[in-house]
Amino acid sequence: MSAQEIAFGIVGAVGALSAIRMVTTNNVVHGALYLVVTLAMVGGAYLLLAAEFVAWVQIVIYVGAIVVLLLFSLMLTKAPIGPHALDNQQRGLGALVAAAVFAGLLVLIQRAFSGIEFNAGDAGRVAAGKAQAVGSSIFGHFVLPFEVVSVLLLAALIGAIALARRDEP
Amino acid sequence: MIHLALPLFFSAVLFATGIYGVLARRNAVMVLMSIELMLNAVNVNLVAFSQYLKGRLLAGQVFALFVIAVAAAEIGIGLAIVILIYRNRETINVDEISLLKW
Repeated sequence: MSAQEIAFGIVGAVGALSAIRMVTTNNVVHGALYLVVTLAMVGGAYLLLAAEFVAWVQIVIYVGAIVVLLLFSLMLTKAPIGPHALDNQQRGLGALVAAAVFAGLLVLIQRAFSGIEFNAGDAGRVAAGKAQAVGSSIFGHFVLPFEVVSVLLLAALIGAIALARRDEP
Repeated sequence: MIHLALPLFFSAVLFATGIYGVLARRNAVMVLMSIELMLNAVNVNLVAFSQYLKGRLLAGQVFALFVIAVAAAEIGIGLAIVILIYRNRETINVDEISLLKW
């Protein structure tokens, strides 16, 4: 076990445990706060994989914007508290499907990717995670998808305003 | 050194948890939060493979950024729809909003 693996193990365990708490908690606001922990730990995982720019984007957009939006809508809509109020009747079936998917992914990972290791801290990978490298890739090779994403964000903005505003004559 | 299987395992846990959340939760906002969990699982995979393969174009990281942008758009529209449904029906439980179910 190397230091990188121990650090990733801690970050991953905290993130996974709070994700599981998020889908099993009986209080929606606690669920949103567990989601903050999970998203921050995913950002930490990006940092440990030397993807620095994606990590800060993750923190700024998810923890900064999306969770605040989710908390706002949780407070605007009243949600009952309690196990029967938050889970539906498909709970057992859902657990079964999730366990099946997890087992399938585990077998796939074990068969295809076990034993492969790489040094996330070498100079080339650290440079590949910086904003300069990612930016020159986005604005060089991926400039058309980038523009399409900006149009998509504009359309989503207009759509959200059109949906949520009250029509007053 | 880090095993490639470690981030993939983390992402598999997040994805399975997200599937459980989407299927088992009644509250529409909780369902949206579980969808975010699954998108994050995909992003972890993309970044891990991008850093492992050391591609010249860094396509994994760029696509992770695109997925984050699309997730932001999706959550904005989704929450607008949830607020609209709450205003009309006084509930956001997904099993009570079954108007179109055969």
